Amino acid sequence: MERKTIWKWFFVWDFEKEEQWLNEMAAQGWVLVGVGFCRYEFERCEPEKYIIRMQMYKGDKEYIQFIEDTGAEYIGKMVNWIYFRRDASLGAFDLFSDIDSKIEHLKKIGYMLLMVGIGNLLIGIVNSMGSNSRFGWVNLLCATLLMYGLGRIHGKIEALEKERTLRE
Amino acid sequence: MADSITLTETTYFILLALVQPNHGYGIMLKAEEMSNGRVRLAAGTLYGALNNMVDKGWIEQLPAEYGSRKKEYILTDLGLEILINETNRLKELAACGDEVLKGVH
Repeated sequence: MERKTIWKWFFVWDFEKEEQWLNEMAAQGWVLVGVGFCRYEFERCEPEKYIIRMQMYKGDKEYIQFIEDTGAEYIGKMVNWIYFRRDASLGAFDLFSDIDSKIEHLKKIGYMLLMVGIGNLLIGIVNSMGSNSRFGWVNLLCATLLMYGLGRIHGKIEALEKERTLRE
Repeated sequence: MADSITLTETTYFILLALVQPNHGYGIMLKAEEMSNGRVRLAAGTLYGALNNMVDKGWIEQLPAEYGSRKKEYILTDLGLEILINETNRLKELAACGDEVLKGVH
């Protein structure tokens, strides 16, 4: 089976773009079979045979089993993101079907960004004050970027919350 | 115990699907069938809702059958009461709509 590896970077807050790209690849006949840090492995498949979905993983093994029992295949895990594919002939494939669960998912992503952001901020401050390290600014830059990401996630949550006042 | 609660469509269809014992994928198929293909519960949403409803005591997990890893669930008495109350509330709601829309073209 013909395979190829693509190296690509997506920011966590652009996870929808990442998912869209993976689905475009599948539509062109390249289905995701493995993930790694910035690394995507594809295998030749019939164009438009698969739908790819991804989400942040809460560390619940039963969850992966549950999703697989609904006809999906678990592809792999990259840091704390899990990837699934399902045969498109089984119909539409989504992980979240109502606003509440979409908001809950986004909140988990936001919480992760906040924690890593605060971590970087503290390390950055300590390193900037210490005399033996000149790299405190790297952490401060990371913290700034993560806070920007948090803002983007919050924007998505707010849009959904506004929508929720009118529908489910 | 089971006051009038407005359920989400996801919750309502899960309760309907669990009048008979059913497992995750079975619930998804049943909801789709009952709604003529309109309601598609996504697996992640369903998983969260099932756990939530077990915690609330609306549904319960059946003892796993030998050799089967798929968990089956069924309504509890409380779940049935909630389902009946919600069905009555929806009937009232639809009746209001019909009444108002009767004269509108």
